[in-house]
Amino acid sequence: METYLNIIIFFVLLALGYFVGQSREKGHYRSIIKREAQLRSIPVIASKILPDEFLPCQTELVSGSVVISVDYFKKFVAGLRSIVGGRIASYESLIDRARREAILRMKQEAKKLNADYIFNIKMETSSISKGREDSIGSVEILAYGTAVVIEKTNTPANELPGEDTTELNFRPA
Amino acid sequence: MIITTLEYVPGKTISKHLGLVQGSTVRAKHVGKDIMAGIKNVFGGELTAYTELLQESREEAVERMKQQAQETGANAVLNVRFSTSSISQGAAEIFTYGTAVILD
Repeated sequence: METYLNIIIFFVLLALGYFVGQSREKGHYRSIIKREAQLRSIPVIASKILPDEFLPCQTELVSGSVVISVDYFKKFVAGLRSIVGGRIASYESLIDRARREAILRMKQEAKKLNADYIFNIKMETSSISKGREDSIGSVEILAYGTAVVIEKTNTPANELPGEDTTELNFRPA
Repeated sequence: MIITTLEYVPGKTISKHLGLVQGSTVRAKHVGKDIMAGIKNVFGGELTAYTELLQESREEAVERMKQQAQETGANAVLNVRFSTSSISQGAAEIFTYGTAVILD
């Protein structure tokens, strides 16, 4: 009797994990794609050195982090996969989602500062709950970088964008 | 106090190098949050309590690093890096380090 109950619980959890987990993943991807389109105006650059034309500018540390949990179905599929080896696609999408979410949160923080770029982005991946057999499977991603706010005071505010300024720049001293 | 991941601050020169400064913290959430996270583990999705935990720890670590930098008389910390690790179930360790300098 007890084994039947265990089997039933297992399948209920598997079904819950599959249906709820899949719909959440789809919803999350939709929201990520939407927000990525909104924040495309802030490019994230891995370079450490700022181009000279950005000076003078203000810099500020920005970061974003997220913890995303696996679902029962993903865990089960990954368990099966580890018998034969190969790609664990169910975990790949989880980590991809977490990375993009962390970068988005970092960008949102940069947007609040009116930043133009984010330079020298670094990522950190870890797990809060690793080590135990029945531990909570989750992935933690931390993304951080330097937000660059280019000071616009350097260029005259009343200057028209189409105006020819070459004469001004090359005027003899 | 300027905290940056860059190796220099644009438009400013480093007048004195004061060496490595660091800050770290280990934090845990209460058991209730752990149980909730366990339930979430069936359905998947974001573990908000743990995200918060991570964020709080990061702020704390940066604060400690800043304090150390202030004690040495620095006005900026360059080339800042974060490192995360787990010590036990439900606890997060965040470690942050950088180079303290005096800028002109």
